[in-house]
Amino acid sequence: MSADLISKPTGKNASGRVYHRPEDDHHHAGGATMVGFFIYLMSDALIFASLFAAYGVLSRNYAGGPSPREIFELPLVALNTGLLLASSITFGIGMQAMVAGNVRGVIRWLIITGILGAAFVGVELHEFSGLIAEGATPQRSGFLSAFFTLVATHGTHVTFGIIWLVTLVFQLNKRGLTPDNTRRILCLSMFWHFLDIIWIGVFTFVYLFGAMR
Amino acid sequence: MQDTSTISAVFGRLSLDSVPIHVPIIVGTFAGVAALGIIVVAALTYFRLWGYLWKEWFTSVDHKKIGIMYLVLGIIMLLRGFADAIMMRAQQAIAFNGSEGFLPPEHYDQLFTAHGTIMIFFVAIPLVVGIVNFVMPLQIGARDVAFPYLNNLSFWLTVAGAILVMMSLFIGEFARTGWLSYAPLAETAFSPDSGVDYYLWSLEIAGIGTTLSGVNMIATIIKMRAPGMTMMKMPVFVWTALCSNILVVAIFPALTVAFFLLILDRYLGTAFFTNDNGGSPMLYWNMVWMWGHPEVYVLILPAFGIYSDITSTFTGKRLFGYTSMVYATAVITILSYIVWLHHFFTMGSGANVNAFFGIATMVIAIPTGAKVFNWLFTMYRGEIRFELPMMWVVAFMLTFVVGGMTGVLMAIPPADFVLHNSLFLVAHFHNVIIGGVVFGLFAGMTYWFPKAFGFKMNEFWGKVAFWGWVIGYWVAWTPIYFVGLMGTTRRINHFDDPTLQPFFIVAAIGVAIILVGILGFVMSIVMGIVQRDKTRDTSGDPWGARTLEWSTTSPPPEYNFAVTPIVYDLDAWQDMKEHGYKHPKDGFVAIHMPKNTATGIYLSGLAVALGFGMIWYMWWLAAISFAAILVIAIAHTFNYNREYSIPVDTVARNESRRDAQAAARI
Amino acid sequence: MSTSHHTPAGHGGAEHGNHGSKSSLWIGSILSIVLTVIPFWLAMSGATSAAAISAIFILAMVQIAVHVRYFLHIDSSTEGGWTFLAFIFTAIIVVITIIGSIWVMYHLNLNMMPMSIDEMRQM
Repeated sequence: MSADLISKPTGKNASGRVYHRPEDDHHHAGGATMVGFFIYLMSDALIFASLFAAYGVLSRNYAGGPSPREIFELPLVALNTGLLLASSITFGIGMQAMVAGNVRGVIRWLIITGILGAAFVGVELHEFSGLIAEGATPQRSGFLSAFFTLVATHGTHVTFGIIWLVTLVFQLNKRGLTPDNTRRILCLSMFWHFLDIIWIGVFTFVYLFGAMR
Repeated sequence: MQDTSTISAVFGRLSLDSVPIHVPIIVGTFAGVAALGIIVVAALTYFRLWGYLWKEWFTSVDHKKIGIMYLVLGIIMLLRGFADAIMMRAQQAIAFNGSEGFLPPEHYDQLFTAHGTIMIFFVAIPLVVGIVNFVMPLQIGARDVAFPYLNNLSFWLTVAGAILVMMSLFIGEFARTGWLSYAPLAETAFSPDSGVDYYLWSLEIAGIGTTLSGVNMIATIIKMRAPGMTMMKMPVFVWTALCSNILVVAIFPALTVAFFLLILDRYLGTAFFTNDNGGSPMLYWNMVWMWGHPEVYVLILPAFGIYSDITSTFTGKRLFGYTSMVYATAVITILSYIVWLHHFFTMGSGANVNAFFGIATMVIAIPTGAKVFNWLFTMYRGEIRFELPMMWVVAFMLTFVVGGMTGVLMAIPPADFVLHNSLFLVAHFHNVIIGGVVFGLFAGMTYWFPKAFGFKMNEFWGKVAFWGWVIGYWVAWTPIYFVGLMGTTRRINHFDDPTLQPFFIVAAIGVAIILVGILGFVMSIVMGIVQRDKTRDTSGDPWGARTLEWSTTSPPPEYNFAVTPIVYDLDAWQDMKEHGYKHPKDGFVAIHMPKNTATGIYLSGLAVALGFGMIWYMWWLAAISFAAILVIAIAHTFNYNREYSIPVDTVARNESRRDAQAAARI
Repeated sequence: MSTSHHTPAGHGGAEHGNHGSKSSLWIGSILSIVLTVIPFWLAMSGATSAAAISAIFILAMVQIAVHVRYFLHIDSSTEGGWTFLAFIFTAIIVVITIIGSIWVMYHLNLNMMPMSIDEMRQM
């Protein structure tokens, strides 16, 4: 860096130290976006960590209500996991299209990703309505409160991800792959993959361990 | 208290009974606040200041203006929180020998809850965030923070929380459950009224603002430092701001979740913290203190940074042990995360758990002690100038060390079993928060005031503020230590034992002396403005300081630095001065800056409506507000045109005026 | 905004950072599918042994690492190592939060009388 600093001395003084380099005309917007968004995701990860902690503490407080083995349907969870994993992969393909500068490709794969995400949310709602119909409501026990809250918080995040995705499709359609839009796709991509990582925790610690208990 | 049949579709559970017109104190307060409000609004209208305030301040994304607005919010809320303190001290001083004082228990309970909540969330946090906001970007040679618009939103979300708390004074009531609203007391079964809901919604909204601000500050420090400023050349204040904001981002999620789960319990009847259905009230304590303990370090670390900068400025020396200071800060950051259980040793965990958390707590005293020695060694053989900021530093060291030691005392679990929930504990945390955080904030505000406004605060009244606070603190809290050690518990409305009364009378005198200090502080600002021509700072460096913020004008231009400085040394400005630095005369270019936006205000206004709707069960209001928040947030992303350019001519004109001013002074 | 838009020197790589190559996408996808199928197969085949639980736990950790590396593209070189540092720090805090809470609250329950018939049965 020092060679770079000395190259064009403008604020030079007696001792030879350069205190300014010539200003260039570009601006700094967006340079910190990726780091900033990642830090936000880490904060969100700690939201989930707190919910996992609450679930860990309450997961055996059935209060005479149903236990996880009685209510979890692993085939449904497997289907949901497949949907979300597939959506992560399709988003990855969309990112390849972005690198190639192919706006149509990006939009197409984003829409496919969004549909997979919506299917995920739909299956989750189906599961919830089934549980509530059986009487396994969030109010029934500490375990069920923690289960519903953890899984629904994840589902809400996916829903917001879909809203964001739809917004972005409109913006891409209107303006193409501008630096602003590229940055937004990158952020949404991180958000989407992050939710997939949270889901690994959910299906492992909640569903699989619950069904094996 | 209200059963479901009284919930109307339009007004929810809000009715005329919710307005406490039968409580004279509240009616009096309301009359006072309303009169003051009308005067302020009338004055602003008369002097046609609304447009100015809206354009130049409320919608501003300039970190300096947002920082100053945070400080104004903090000072206003300090007056409110301190009014609560005066009432509590007065009540406890007279409620002896069968007298029940002037505050009935249900009102007194709201007072101590509001006092704690306001002082931490709406005084300490805004003041700390405000100083970080104003100073940190200047110290790292940046033109703004990483996300200027987000900064404005964070501020207004904090204001939204404060507005909800203030509303609770006149519409409904505030929580009676203590400043952390412990479960199960805060559950619907025991607190069915609107108080806890006010508490939860205001803190959730303000907490989101604080978290976003934390993300913003970290990204700023990571990404926007001036060239040459490596991590180990950052001023200590920047380091402490970084660690403090890392803690914010790491701990506020725990608080958000704890409050969110309590909201679910209260609104949907889930069983997280309930006594029955497999809930666990102690889980609430666990989650809340996971936030709560690191939170005190969120507040104290920037104060440590302020002390460090001031000490090296007013002793004219490089800070002693900079590296150890940085490592001590980092170690405190990590350690603060593994001590939370010391807030509930008496919960009944076994020896292993209590021993682990007790030892971890005691270990924190080591890096903190190292810091105190660093400041002392910096002062040793320095040419100390006892100006106001430095006086606050010395008062801090003498006061804070006592608070630290009583803290180590309580870190011993068996001792804590005796002192838990006693006034000794209350005296301890006021000792560290007043002696550590508040003194630091006053030191910082006095120190950076001339940078923000171009003239100093009035010195005489500043000294009144100083002596009022320092003497007042000791007179108010020493007797509380005594009665606490004798076994008096906290949150008591009236006493049976008359021998305690003298202590509480002394404490009440102490709080009156602090009042003098607070008024002195307000006066030092007022008189500073009145006599601003005497203390005007044309050099940009009124204290002979050492860090970058003093290399630009006071107040700095909106772009902070016309040309970005290059940093060679920890004390970058001192280094520039020693090398005969001359301000550049040409080579300026147009500067791109972010445009102002009102989106933050709209979103926060809607957040108030959302909170109010949820608190009073006006579901339609909550639903509409939520939908509107979503729509406005999405609409905002369609605005790609967010910057404007300051032309070269303007920059050059500003800079030459600055040079002329400096020349005139010499 | 024109094409001349670029990040300032020393802040590099923000916009043109690591988006992952085609090969890393497919490696990640295949690993992820395998790491998802095995635990589901174990659980759905009715295994409840400690070994099976440990295996599922380890597979989950590996899968998280795979996703972070191949989907989030976080490694020690992106963004000057800051994202990696933030990730490690967060991982530590996550572990403290979850393990700490469970330890503390389990300890509490250990010292308490059983609160329900359900718990009584487990004693």
